[in-house]
Amino acid sequence: MSLFEEFANRDRVFEFLTPVESPVDVRHGPILYLEDVNVSFDGFKAINNLNLTIDDGELRCIIGPNGAGKTTMMDIITGKTAPDTGSVWFGSRHNLLRMNEPEIASLGIGRKFQKPTVFEALTVFENLELAMATDKRIIPTLRAIMRPEYRERIDEVLETIGLKDLRDNLAGILSHGQKQWLEIGMLLMQKPRLLLVDEPVAGMTEQEMERTAELLTSLAGKQSVVVVEHDMGFVRSIARKVTVLHQGSVLAEGSMDQVSNDPEVIKVYLGEEA
Amino acid sequence: MWLTRPLRERSTQLFLGVLFAALAVVTLLHLTMPEDSPFYVSSFTVTLMGKYLCYALLAVAVDLVWGYLGILSLGHGAFFALGGYAMGMYLMRQIGDRGTYGDPILPDFMVFLNWQELPWFWHGFDMAWFAFLMVILAPGLLALVFGFLAFRSRVTGVYLSIITQALTFALMLAFFRNEMGFGGNNGLTDFRDLLGFNLRTDATRLGLFIASGIALAIGYLICRGIVTSKLGRVSVACRDAEARARFLGYRVERVQLFVFVVSAMIAGVAGALYVPQVGIINPSEFSPIFSIEIVVWVALGGRATLYGAVIGAILVNYAKTVFTGVMPDAWLFLLGGLFVLVTVFLPRGIAGLLASRRKKQDEPTDTDSDTGKEATA
Ligand SMILES: Nc1ncnc2c1ncn2[C@@H]1O[C@H](COP(=O)(O)OP(=O)(O)OP(=O)(O)O)[C@@H](O)[C@H]1O
Ligand SMILES: [Mg+2]
Repeated sequence: MSLFEEFANRDRVFEFLTPVESPVDVRHGPILYLEDVNVSFDGFKAINNLNLTIDDGELRCIIGPNGAGKTTMMDIITGKTAPDTGSVWFGSRHNLLRMNEPEIASLGIGRKFQKPTVFEALTVFENLELAMATDKRIIPTLRAIMRPEYRERIDEVLETIGLKDLRDNLAGILSHGQKQWLEIGMLLMQKPRLLLVDEPVAGMTEQEMERTAELLTSLAGKQSVVVVEHDMGFVRSIARKVTVLHQGSVLAEGSMDQVSNDPEVIKVYLGEEA
Repeated sequence: MWLTRPLRERSTQLFLGVLFAALAVVTLLHLTMPEDSPFYVSSFTVTLMGKYLCYALLAVAVDLVWGYLGILSLGHGAFFALGGYAMGMYLMRQIGDRGTYGDPILPDFMVFLNWQELPWFWHGFDMAWFAFLMVILAPGLLALVFGFLAFRSRVTGVYLSIITQALTFALMLAFFRNEMGFGGNNGLTDFRDLLGFNLRTDATRLGLFIASGIALAIGYLICRGIVTSKLGRVSVACRDAEARARFLGYRVERVQLFVFVVSAMIAGVAGALYVPQVGIINPSEFSPIFSIEIVVWVALGGRATLYGAVIGAILVNYAKTVFTGVMPDAWLFLLGGLFVLVTVFLPRGIAGLLASRRKKQDEPTDTDSDTGKEATA
């Protein structure tokens, strides 16, 4: 089966013939690079000539009104949606448009969904176990055993996301905010180079929000983080650089103060809130 | 190891204990009781129970893909029938020149059709090892090709169920044709012996019954081993949130394909053990209704438990034996009614009823079962 697919996949030679793939190459520039990306759904342009670069180790916030195309942008980066035109690069070596979701995930791009998606029929612990960065092929997965070092790593993350006491509960019983945390925990288990976080604080209490802010800022530097969020207070608390998306393209980019004083932005977005 | 891990689980111990106890009791009663005793188990009953055990194994295979992977296969009868045909071909060739027409090579139906030589795909089936290999490979290969195409194009849900129905229906039509070389609508029958044992003797029948029980035990262990492994948890993940599993780096279509093929192979083994006990295999095993019935057994017994599938298969088929004796025409209505009642009042089936009774007891007896104490996997 796997051989069959290798044959069917014309872009690549046999895995064992190619040299071991080094992780993302960021020596010559940004970790993520989108150029002139266009996507339309039944004639409706959801993404319109989008250009975006994220530097290695950066924490970037992306804001924009409903339907601006923020989630669609993440779909494109993670291989869920294929754009009509444009190019998307991860570092200078990996053309993401030629890869599928699992390949992109194993390259080191992790994603938290807008609607928290955890495996509800599995326990909190098992959710983290599945997210762990290990060999994800079939037979190794069948034979996998829980090593002490894995257990430690999961316990560590359980501590970080504050779900230690709930580790053996089914994820389905968690509150909305706890599910958000669990999903963030799953992201951490993957140890990705780039984290795409879609609306992480929806449904969270003030306190939970603060902890999320702390966590995300502490990740930046070692990892690159892209956060999509509607909550302006939250964005203000973590943002260094903000990108405003509107009708599928970048409307403004800069510090929170810069963009919130931009007349265009006030008109289309902040205006409705203020 | 993944295959032995379930042995430390209480539910598996209980299941295997009950199964082996039942096998032992039936064997003892059959062998030791005088024929006029009320406890005597006749050869007819032994074979009937052997048949139920084959159905139970088939139901376990279906539960593996439906319960844990969310793939509602309405075509598992096809894998069962293919395994059965592979066994049937072996049994046909064992007849040798003892058939009505006395041809040493050609089975009777081929002589009747005036065929001069054996079709190429009948070669090798005179050897037991080859035939038994085909019992597993033929359904496995069909599942591999079918699954490869379906899962790669991300066909799931109702569409997949409909295609599996179409698959088994198409095979039924094909096997009905005499030119296919599988005996047309009469199928394969008039078997004499298996591995040198006369199929009509009580001893062979008892042996087949025990073999079916052992096959069920092994099939159950394999499925339980998969289900309790990390791959089992990944399957549940693919079932409930396919996209999420993909973004974690799992190749959902390969997980589906792997489990589907394993399930088809188990179904094939069930079919192969079924055929010598009922003495015939014909295209009706491919009928879409049969595949739907299997799903009803699993639903009644309770999805995603494996033992529920066994309970469901045995109970429904026992009821079928009783009712078709009394009022043959009412059976399908009764089955349908039962299905509706269970879906409404017992969504988790009989197993769900049992589980809520004894909630905590299903934990593994060995609390370390999942830790790294086992050095190798
Ligand atoms: N698969 C799809 N088919 C058709 N239209 C789609 C699809 N996905 C997104 N859209 C449309 O594309 C536009 C952008 O959607 P997107 O979800 O990216 O917005 P968003 O910025 O994430 O909004 P929100 O803040 O509400 O999450 C919306 O108008 C949406 O209806
Ligand atoms: Mg969105």
